[in-house]
Amino acid sequence: MLLDVLIVDDSAAIRKIVQRVLRQAELPLGQIYEAGDGLEALKALESQKVDLILADINMPNMDGLQLLERIKSHDQWKQLPVVMVTTEGSESKVMAAAKMGAVGYVRKPFSAEQFRQTLDGIFAV
Amino acid sequence: MKTLDHAKVTDAVRVATREVFSMMMGLEVEAEPAYEEANSTGNVDGVVALIGLAGQWTGGGVVQCDAPLARKFYASLLMTECDPANEGISEEVLDAGAEIANMIIGNVKNAMERDLGPIGLGIPSVVYGRNFTTRSAGSNWIVNPFVCDGGRLLVKFCLTPPMNAAGGPAELLGREFPRKHPAIA
Repeated sequence: MLLDVLIVDDSAAIRKIVQRVLRQAELPLGQIYEAGDGLEALKALESQKVDLILADINMPNMDGLQLLERIKSHDQWKQLPVVMVTTEGSESKVMAAAKMGAVGYVRKPFSAEQFRQTLDGIFAV
Repeated sequence: MKTLDHAKVTDAVRVATREVFSMMMGLEVEAEPAYEEANSTGNVDGVVALIGLAGQWTGGGVVQCDAPLARKFYASLLMTECDPANEGISEEVLDAGAEIANMIIGNVKNAMERDLGPIGLGIPSVVYGRNFTTRSAGSNWIVNPFVCDGGRLLVKFCLTPPMNAAGGPAELLGREFPRKHPAIA
């Protein structure tokens, strides 16, 4: 199965790096979509079917936790796995993301191996 | 009352900076002795990324370097080449600078939260220019210089204690602030 991935981060540099790291991790990638914040991500989800969402927490307009809340309360999207990829290490925010349904957490800075290990726990890749 | 441990800040800055540069850019950084600086940077040439910190403790972080080094960091981060003919700073270089600052200052914040309680991390702003000055209200900056790829990088961090804490505004002004406004106490 090829994974269609939505990368949500306000930094274009990080979106490119996440793509590169996903490829280095030799994951079976399909389409990769990008969004600069939570609002753009919701728009992308309305028009594209994805298998995995990688989202930052600290973003303008709509942050990663607000996005997660919207995804998990949406009938069509609530089963989508969401992994938080973020500098934010506050215990309260990490716990909040887990309680809200995030299936993984990758702290920035990250390595391809960390991504691989996190996604291995979610998909049989 | 909790106080800001400057040695702990310097340790956290060094760990975070080394980690970001080695994991994300494949670059080594060499730490130089830390020092304190007043709340004005003096004249600056180059790229300055600033991020605010908010919570009970408030302050900010700065990552600063000259333009050629900022271009090298961008090229290393994205595994790309910078156009040697273009000496300017593109949107992409500024974006990379913002993210480097976000990762370094964010991880320092994470380390300091263990002692000081929750601190919120703002969205970074990046400035590029020549002969400009930045100034911030509040306490002095703890400045950590690093040598990297033949250039010099500065990572600055400051946190101001809560109103009634040691070294906070109450002590500086010689009086305690009410915990609630008298009208609603």
